[in-house]
Amino acid sequence: MSLSPEQIKQVAHLARLSLPPEKVEPYARQLSNILELVGQLSNAATDDVAPMAHPLDMVQRLRPDAVTEEDRRDAFQAIAPAVENGLYLVPKVIE
Amino acid sequence: MHKLSLKQLSDSLKARQFSSRELTQHFLDRIGRHDPALNAYVTVTAERALRQADAADARLAAGGTGVLTGIPLAQKDIFCTLGVKTSCGSRMLDRFVAPYDATIVEKLDGAGMVMLGKANMDEFAMGSSNETSWYGPVKNPWDLERVPGGSSGGSVAAVAAGLAPVATATDTGGSIRQPAALTNLTGIKPTYGRVSRYGMIAFASSLDQAGVVAHSAEDAALVLQAMAGFDPRDSTSVERPVDDYTAALGAPLRGLRIGLPKEYFAEGLDAGVRGCIEAAVKVFESLGATVKEVSLPNAPLSVPTYYVVAPAEASSNLARFDGVRYGHRTEGAKTLQELYERSRGEGFGAEVQRRIMVGTYVLSHGYYDAYYLKAQKVRRLIYDDFRRAFAEVDLVLGPTAQNVAFKLGDKTDDPVAMYLNDIYTIAANLAGIPAMSLPCGFHQDLPVGMQLMGNFFDEARMLNAAHQYQQATDFHKRWPKGFA
Repeated sequence: MSLSPEQIKQVAHLARLSLPPEKVEPYARQLSNILELVGQLSNAATDDVAPMAHPLDMVQRLRPDAVTEEDRRDAFQAIAPAVENGLYLVPKVIE
Repeated sequence: MHKLSLKQLSDSLKARQFSSRELTQHFLDRIGRHDPALNAYVTVTAERALRQADAADARLAAGGTGVLTGIPLAQKDIFCTLGVKTSCGSRMLDRFVAPYDATIVEKLDGAGMVMLGKANMDEFAMGSSNETSWYGPVKNPWDLERVPGGSSGGSVAAVAAGLAPVATATDTGGSIRQPAALTNLTGIKPTYGRVSRYGMIAFASSLDQAGVVAHSAEDAALVLQAMAGFDPRDSTSVERPVDDYTAALGAPLRGLRIGLPKEYFAEGLDAGVRGCIEAAVKVFESLGATVKEVSLPNAPLSVPTYYVVAPAEASSNLARFDGVRYGHRTEGAKTLQELYERSRGEGFGAEVQRRIMVGTYVLSHGYYDAYYLKAQKVRRLIYDDFRRAFAEVDLVLGPTAQNVAFKLGDKTDDPVAMYLNDIYTIAANLAGIPAMSLPCGFHQDLPVGMQLMGNFFDEARMLNAAHQYQQATDFHKRWPKGFA
């Protein structure tokens, strides 16, 4: 399985990564090598094997429906790149 | 002072032979003298450390303190530390000062330990050589032209060179064990869910686990004891009492059943490394263990399975870095789309970008079944191999890495060659079982590590075996020249 430069641009777009043009070709080559390594999986016999998402056979724990976390909005906003009046600032999204 | 075991440090502190402040200052001085050559620390927290040391001294003077009170350590820079920069080795978090403490930071602070600083690491723990860090590569104290392994390269370099008596680390595919092997340390990755992941910056959530790198199994047991345990803030934390790791260290090994997986001794294993492992097996036999061959037939598929599962989880986890709430933000973006793309393009290094793209690709429409679902099925086959092996033996023993430490720059242009460094370590993460590496000899004057893998929650037995081996050998006591 090899990836073309066009596919790399598409994947980078899906992943919201800006790629300078000179990086597209090296990434295409390297990701193709990685997918070739991963391609070994296709030889494994996995009929009737249940997928394993997690090493522990556990169910999601429940807790009483009570407020346990304190409000730390100011502390969390203090580390944001741009805030104003308690709001996160981003470029204009609606014209 | 930097060559004493944690137990000796603890006894000396309690006997007031030296204070925690003196001990802490000794390590801070060594960091000042040696770290420029090693680059093991991203941040040194001298003031905070001396404050903690003074508090520990006050507790020691009042008597009745725990075994770790007043002992310094290095924290891998993947653990959030309130008020202290937490970079995860990335430009993305270069200016991130964590607004809360990771559970293990809270626990080790609570145990009276003194944090010397934050240890360098591969960016977002993605790497096997500590060359992907935004803060530059870490050097191996045994040979400054060689890598210390990764991703916990700063943690191991700091401990191996005596710039910290012990350090925390994390392991998603071998990031505790492989660097421990390459620097002559004992490193343990506990069972998945044994140590809280709260406040540990996520890479691959079904694989990540925190642990310890130390000079001996005894040291590792003492610190792991303080880290392990249920944490309601981590939804995958296991509600189960923690065994007494130090109490178990002294048990004789008579009757211990050790399995040697034949796949771990196949082509690719360096002959010098193999010789060290075979000699270690003989030591275990002389201690009363019985040894037999076992098979983990799907182990050779560990690396390809991992490079689907781990990037898939990473691409999801790292979607949180958007340039809006915290972390790096590009200048002058005109649209939201541009803000995301450029912040992430600038903030993440090449290896992180590769893995995000691999993960995005294998999860994308039309490829999910062929890659992600297939990998999850093979993951179960790997897990089943271990279940069968542990029906026959108590521990599985093999090499930690195929070779001794390689030269800086040797594998940076070839991601696949770099990935194959973890060929023996990844299976334990996929299965979720505990595993450790400990020193078992030298080849070409460089350390060789052996790996012990145990059944779920069998950390005590693994540490016991490692400790008994270390009573019969002295490899773990050897020290790199230049850092005496």
